[in-house]
Amino acid sequence: MTVTGPAPARSPVATAPGEVLLAARHLVQEFPVRDRSGLRSAVVHAVSDVSFEVRAGETLGIVGETGSGKSTLARALFQAPRPKSGEVLLAGQDLVRLRGKALLGARRHLQMVFQDPFGSLDPRWRVSDLVEEPLACYRVGSKGERRRRVAEVLELVGLDPGVFGGRKPRQLSGGQAQRVAIARALALEPALVVCDEAVSSLDVLVQAQVLNLFEDLRERLGLSYLFIAHDLSLVKQVSDRVAVLYLGRLCEVGPAAAVYGRPAHPYTEGLLASIPPPDPDAGRSRTVVGVQGEPPSPIDPPSGCRFRTRCPRAEARCAAEPPELAAVDGDPDHQVACHFPLPAVPPPSTPVPSGP
Amino acid sequence: MSAADAPGPVLAPPPAGERSAGAPLLEVDGLRVTLVARGRQVHAVDGLSYRVAAGQTVAIIGESGSGKTVSSRAVMGLLPPSARVEGHVRFAGVDLVGLPERELRRRRAVDLAIVLQDPARSLDPTMRIGPQITEAIRAHLPLSRRAARERAIELLGRVRIPEPRRRYDDYPHQLSGGMRQRVVIAAALSCNPKLLIADEATTALDVTTQAQIMHLLVELQAELGMALVLISHDLGLAATYTDEVVVMYAGRTMEHAPTRELFHNVRSPYTKALLGAIPRLDRPPHDRLPVVQGRPPDLTRRMQGCPFHLRCPSAAERCAAERPPEVVDPPGHRFACFFPHGEGNLP
Repeated sequence: MTVTGPAPARSPVATAPGEVLLAARHLVQEFPVRDRSGLRSAVVHAVSDVSFEVRAGETLGIVGETGSGKSTLARALFQAPRPKSGEVLLAGQDLVRLRGKALLGARRHLQMVFQDPFGSLDPRWRVSDLVEEPLACYRVGSKGERRRRVAEVLELVGLDPGVFGGRKPRQLSGGQAQRVAIARALALEPALVVCDEAVSSLDVLVQAQVLNLFEDLRERLGLSYLFIAHDLSLVKQVSDRVAVLYLGRLCEVGPAAAVYGRPAHPYTEGLLASIPPPDPDAGRSRTVVGVQGEPPSPIDPPSGCRFRTRCPRAEARCAAEPPELAAVDGDPDHQVACHFPLPAVPPPSTPVPSGP
Repeated sequence: MSAADAPGPVLAPPPAGERSAGAPLLEVDGLRVTLVARGRQVHAVDGLSYRVAAGQTVAIIGESGSGKTVSSRAVMGLLPPSARVEGHVRFAGVDLVGLPERELRRRRAVDLAIVLQDPARSLDPTMRIGPQITEAIRAHLPLSRRAARERAIELLGRVRIPEPRRRYDDYPHQLSGGMRQRVVIAAALSCNPKLLIADEATTALDVTTQAQIMHLLVELQAELGMALVLISHDLGLAATYTDEVVVMYAGRTMEHAPTRELFHNVRSPYTKALLGAIPRLDRPPHDRLPVVQGRPPDLTRRMQGCPFHLRCPSAAERCAAERPPEVVDPPGHRFACFFPHGEGNLP
């Protein structure tokens, strides 16, 4: 059974699975700030020349640590604020060039779910009004039709409209509130939902419920996701393809199995080595440190490759020229931005040599 | 005291789960904590017992509201006066529960230390980091200002802060989150504590920084022979860094075993649910996670039965009515459940 809204979306965007739904091209986002002394002005290079594509029906995961620019990137897609340069193509239409009503019309196909559900829900509103708000904003259907749609979407996210419709946010648990935020995002039948750390603040049992909900919705509605998180295991769980972001630049992008199974960028490898696996016999020494040192400031990022200051493989060339994304092992789908990418690893069961 | 004065090079600690416990330094025995919130009693911790010896690491794992943090506050004596603490918290043989405030404060400052989740809240933002450590030292050790300063600089070096002498005069905001947490650890180590409680100490940090901080804690533990209690929601941390794990839910101890035994032979359905619900790198994409519905019980009510019974796939009538007793099976592996998973020879 598919869910149909009372009023069909005006221009359903690219629907054929596998077609490019959203493309970011050479996105750059920078913010002027005062430097540490507070005297001179400086520029935060939050996102620097980032390009990627999300295909219809696909989930693209974006992994990045604090300061990697992942949230800034998400906001730039929504033109809030607009990127400094680059293109954001939604079904071929460049959002960066759209203004006013045209932008608003295009943006309804793009919705966002944030980390803190309570922060995105007005505490004075009832759940049914919160979910109706986006419909009312876009003047979708009559009041009665909107009410029916609200009940439908609440059912869809697993909340009984009769029980939860009249509640206020403070009467909800974290998981329930996040379901309401998801219902709000789904009300307008978007083509793409951007999840920015959408399950990061939930306890693990509730987090599993919400992750499964995302998967159910993907199957039933053919949704695409841009799933942004710092947790690599989480991103692996939901993503078809994964992009690794470091200090505003893409390091590596490719099918999840390839990026995790055969990381080509030293940063990706370091990230993976940093995760303590929930298995006491994982064969990994607990004295391993995946990535040494501190992340540099995005105000004055290193020249060339931004990871070079912490990279065990860095050479002079890494400071001189920024590496471009290039195919790994001739696979055009798996790309790495590194002058000295890691060689393919022989099949597993060859842990780091230690002792006999 | 064993091996405390053994000289020689500091070796890397043996892998988790393989160290035998010496004489316990901390013994928590039948701990119960009742808090008062908005005039209602909250049964935050309802029966917690564990022991930690010098050099040993015990994890207390649980979700929000499990009582893991309240239990660590109770051990440190940091609960508000309205909290009722029952049971025993013996440190080096002396029961800290009911000890006069002044005596407690002295012991707490010198022998026990705690590192909290948010380093920004543990440090005074208006004060340079060095003097914050110096102040902690001078409050408890009879050192001159100059000697305390030198010790603070040494401690900053010990937690691997580069150029500690120069960093001494930095303000907290000039440091990254990871560096701030190192400063908090340096302050916690200022009086050579015998026991360090890390309460979600790496939760707010990035995974690469977390690995660095955990590595540091493991090194310091080996250097100083500290006992470590790791309070966390992260089963990966517990599996990788500890000797023993206590799993708490709604204030109760659900399962308690040596780390390897726990992960290889899960008995409690709650632990099983927790382990099943974490996304893992070895799962295929879009795989559905096994879930349990519902939410934790209301802790303002006394529970008759098992706190997990409403969400538990193995629950029967008995679980709602009767509190499951603690079963030890196999030896050293405790759990509270009428219908456990896994291997054992129950009556």
